[in-house]
Amino acid sequence: MATIELKNVVKKFGEKYAVKPMNMTINDGEFVVLLGPSGCGKTTTLRMISGLETVSSGNIYLNGRDVTWAHPSNRDIAYVFQFYALYPHLTVWQNIAFTLQAQSVKKDEIERRVKDVATLLKIKHLFKRHPGRLSGGDQQRVALARALVRRPTAFLMDEPLGALDADFRETMRSEIKHLHITQKATTVYVTHDQIEAMAMGDRIVVMSDAAIQQIGTPAEVYHDPANLFVANFIGSPGMNLVKGHYRAGKLNLPGGGVYTPSDIWKTRIEKQLGDDQDVILGFRPEAAWVVTQDQLSAEVFLVEMNGSNMMLDLHLSDQVIIRVRANRGVNYSIGSRINFDLDPQMVRFFNPATEAALVME
Amino acid sequence: MDTSNSTGREINYATRVDKVTFKSRLTRNLKAGLTVIIAIFVLIPVFWMAATAFKSRADAVAAPPKVFFQPSMEGFIGLLTQRRQVTVAQGLDDLKKDPNLKWYDRVMLNKGQQIVGTSEYVGYLKNSAITAGTSTILSVIFGLFAAYAFSRFPVAGKGDLLFFILSTRMMPPVVVTIPIFLLYRQLGLYDTTIGLVILYTVFNLSFSVWLLKGFIDEIPREYEEAALVDGYSRLQAFFKIVLPQTITGLAATTVFCLIFAWNEYAFAVMLTAQNARTAPPSIPSVLGTGGIEWAQIAAGAMGFLIPVAIVTFALRNYLLRGVTFGAVRR
Repeated sequence: MATIELKNVVKKFGEKYAVKPMNMTINDGEFVVLLGPSGCGKTTTLRMISGLETVSSGNIYLNGRDVTWAHPSNRDIAYVFQFYALYPHLTVWQNIAFTLQAQSVKKDEIERRVKDVATLLKIKHLFKRHPGRLSGGDQQRVALARALVRRPTAFLMDEPLGALDADFRETMRSEIKHLHITQKATTVYVTHDQIEAMAMGDRIVVMSDAAIQQIGTPAEVYHDPANLFVANFIGSPGMNLVKGHYRAGKLNLPGGGVYTPSDIWKTRIEKQLGDDQDVILGFRPEAAWVVTQDQLSAEVFLVEMNGSNMMLDLHLSDQVIIRVRANRGVNYSIGSRINFDLDPQMVRFFNPATEAALVME
Repeated sequence: MDTSNSTGREINYATRVDKVTFKSRLTRNLKAGLTVIIAIFVLIPVFWMAATAFKSRADAVAAPPKVFFQPSMEGFIGLLTQRRQVTVAQGLDDLKKDPNLKWYDRVMLNKGQQIVGTSEYVGYLKNSAITAGTSTILSVIFGLFAAYAFSRFPVAGKGDLLFFILSTRMMPPVVVTIPIFLLYRQLGLYDTTIGLVILYTVFNLSFSVWLLKGFIDEIPREYEEAALVDGYSRLQAFFKIVLPQTITGLAATTVFCLIFAWNEYAFAVMLTAQNARTAPPSIPSVLGTGGIEWAQIAAGAMGFLIPVAIVTFALRNYLLRGVTFGAVRR
């Protein structure tokens, strides 16, 4: 279907950057999620791809064709809006057919395609209704139908599930994912919900402060975050980040604990930062396990029951709280001290000055 | 109506407590009574006018006023025609025998008058219709496009322009009648319909720009953007998506512009003489011709009221939404 390529794309509102110079290639049939906190420029990026927003500089290519200044109607891209933007004065059928009428498709062809897509999304019974009287989920389906019926080269979706109830969101999430698998259409999907991003994306583009922080598969951004922002933003809760001092193969942590990194990491730290330096230790809650003796120790501060497991909030020192996952069979009393160890495979280190992760070459 | 509440129990709306207590019933009746009284109070002059319009000349000036009377079309016919007095000696009875007489001829012949042509008032009414209609359509169309531009595009000096447009409304129009009179005489627009149309359009434009901008501001941009990515041009999106959703605003603006242009008196009196004279300044002039013809005046006022009443009635559903506009948040 289509590849989308952004080359040095910039968007400025006045003097302020909405999107800093951005380079990105989205492959044919790929499901790419733009993920970031609100105001990070992800929606602006999507709108520039669609042509609804002009670029300040740079170029956008669709299938190799330069569409930087093409009118939105000439890009053959479907856009699903956050609040659906279904035309309130038209019926569901008219809403779906509207885009085909612009392309002067034959009448019986329109009939057939609208019916096909409505069957796919199970909304045929709603044809004569007006969008204002539909439930959020049905509105969402109609909006998807309107996008699908065109068979566009690419889909752009701007937080399409943001307006739905939590439980229904999961249903629609798998429906959209399933649609993507069957249609194999290039899709760019904007969300601020990292769980949604992890569940849906082939690749995730993490954005913050108008710039791309990291592009990678869900596993990559989860396990190997490129910097402190990604480490903290991805996962719930985010990665534990503890600033310590590294000297002679030992990492001194706040509260008096000492962690010994694996030999590989020792060489990496010494090569990339040097000896006798501050370094930030990062590990996921599931990378820690409780042991009976020795290693790191901390005071239990809070116990959260999460169903399949337990989340412990531990006081490493007065200021430093870390969160670790623990077996739910054990009773941990608040205020008691426990010992824990880290999985050496899942430990990462960050440079406190640049906030970037230490490279694992 | 869905009669089940969250617990699944049915509510019987007929026995809702707040509707059966004596006090609430009393206040409801009081409110209804008050509404009726106000309505009567407001409608009495209208009723009086309508009644007088259908009275004969004698009934119209009778004291005490007659509530029950023999309805007559004298007032309307008198207003719309020119007549001459015919006495029996001049052959009134012969005229009555003419088989080609229309019903209105007979009404007037019974009063001893023969209809010889239409009155000037007919022409004035026509002028009023043309002037008010054209200027209303123009100001709504121009206003719609201006409002759309102000609402959607980054117009340079938008705030100042909008304030300037509003400022034309800050003075009563009467203040500028003399300068405009002098201006119009120079330009050759004095006593022309086109002159009045231009003037009314300009006066209504400020109003329609502001009112319609409010309505268009309320339509989310996403609808047009959806139309753009659906393959339509900006202009197509405007006509297919924005326009249908602005109907309420258009209806409200049309009625208000029409009422202004239709009722306008001061400029019409100053800027017109014979050719372009509209109805409002000509109704009082009936006063002067051979005694006060109350039935004719009432007929003129009523005929003048009807077109605006019809338009308002036809657009009432949109108007109601238009007037309460902005009170209800989405």
